[in-house]
Amino acid sequence: MKSVTEFKTIMTGNDAVAYGAKLARVKFISAYPITPQTTIVEKLASMIANDELDAKYVEVESEHSALAAVFASELTGVRSYTATSSHGLLYMHEMLHWVSGQRLPIVMSVVNRAIGPPWNIWADQSDTINQRDTGWMQVYSESNQEAMDTIIMGYKIAENSEVMLPLMSMEDAFILSHTSEPVTLRDQDLINDYLPDLDLKFRIDIGNPMGYGSYDTPDGTFMELKKDMVDSMNKAVRVIKDETEKFNQMFDTNYGGLVERYRMDDADYALIAMGTVASTARFVVDKLREKGLNIGLIRIRYFRPFPYDDILEDLKNIKAAGVIDRSVSFGYAGATYSEIVSALYGKINIPVSSFIVGIGGRDVRVEDIEKIADTVRNESSGVYWINVKKVI
Amino acid sequence: MVLVPVSTVSTRNHPTDSWRIQRPTIQYDKCIRCMICWKYCPDNAIEIENGDESAPNERIAKMEYPVINYSFCKGCGICANECPEKCIDMEFEVIE
Ligand code: SF4
Ligand code: SF4
Repeated sequence: MKSVTEFKTIMTGNDAVAYGAKLARVKFISAYPITPQTTIVEKLASMIANDELDAKYVEVESEHSALAAVFASELTGVRSYTATSSHGLLYMHEMLHWVSGQRLPIVMSVVNRAIGPPWNIWADQSDTINQRDTGWMQVYSESNQEAMDTIIMGYKIAENSEVMLPLMSMEDAFILSHTSEPVTLRDQDLINDYLPDLDLKFRIDIGNPMGYGSYDTPDGTFMELKKDMVDSMNKAVRVIKDETEKFNQMFDTNYGGLVERYRMDDADYALIAMGTVASTARFVVDKLREKGLNIGLIRIRYFRPFPYDDILEDLKNIKAAGVIDRSVSFGYAGATYSEIVSALYGKINIPVSSFIVGIGGRDVRVEDIEKIADTVRNESSGVYWINVKKVI
Repeated sequence: MVLVPVSTVSTRNHPTDSWRIQRPTIQYDKCIRCMICWKYCPDNAIEIENGDESAPNERIAKMEYPVINYSFCKGCGICANECPEKCIDMEFEVIE
């Protein structure tokens, strides 16, 4: 019998994520160390300096280079990691496609922050929603504990031989990244049982030279390679559910797979949210339940692959739903809203509204979610901006 | 398993000579074998061969000299631009 050395402590989301990377035994980290970088890589750098983590840390001149360095190290078969945020992530955009296209199961943390102008460093999911089509899996956490555990589960899912796609793990800026919460540090031996070493079948081998992502033609296999990424993204749905369940059993947690449901069993109305807004929404659901309103909450954990089947199942007995987005697509509505509506189209015909909240880190208050619930209850559908001031 | 973009076919099997509009030619009787062209060629299209007779003098004739591999030279002209002796000529390719 192994002795289990889990222990509970208090730490910020950024530190929790850094410990997640440490527990996942990452061997290579590269980062561009100034704004919008966060204390995640600072923490990892100090772990390496103090001999707590056996990994190579490479400082580079930009986020584009940071992901390029991680791309190269992962290709040698070494589990690699980086972290970024907002404009740094946008600067990585080209490399995001290279990593997923080369089928490298890299895990990267992203602190969700607004994109300028004007400059703003607060919580806003527009940065990662912008990367929706880059072939990365996307997970949005609600607590520091979840942010830490997602790094570990993330490697397990990404490295599955049926998946082999990179994974972005998100935490809302400041609300998680710089706020301290109780976090249980997992036992390293148990993590080692859960997450074996990376065995990259197509790693660079000087004894067997190969060209990586070199050149392909319209009649070659380019189209097939892209379709295979979609097929793998679809297969990831099952892998995510299985691996999350395994983790739950080993560590006594209760993460949902792609979504998490709260008081949905007998609900007439549903709120749908992603990230920390869900915490406030859960509080409001309890408050409205006390007043006799049958309302529930669906928290989306995985935005890619999108939980289409879960959403269809969850909304089949619902009268109306409200989708809360902390991002916006200019010219339309919230990103989660458009995914939900397309999931329902032709199958479930209920009013669904889009609510844009908390852009640029504006506080999302209990009264804001109450207002949203009120609109949902009136079974209207439309796009609403919540808590917006009159400027002119 | 997933489909991964790795190729086991060497790029040596994919000549790129048809990409070239201009052709560099080295005047060996002026070339001092400094190998700057070899260093600068972005396509590794300049190879090194052992000594050659058509050299400016006997001493240089014994030195290794640069030879352009026209199967891979793309005609960018960087070698001609960098050559300190200005002994690489660039001329338009002509289809005879
Ligand atoms: S023209 Fe360009 S490609 Fe050709 S040999 Fe000179 S440097 Fe190399
Ligand atoms: S750079 Fe000019 S002089 Fe030097 S080796 Fe090349 S051709 Fe000769």
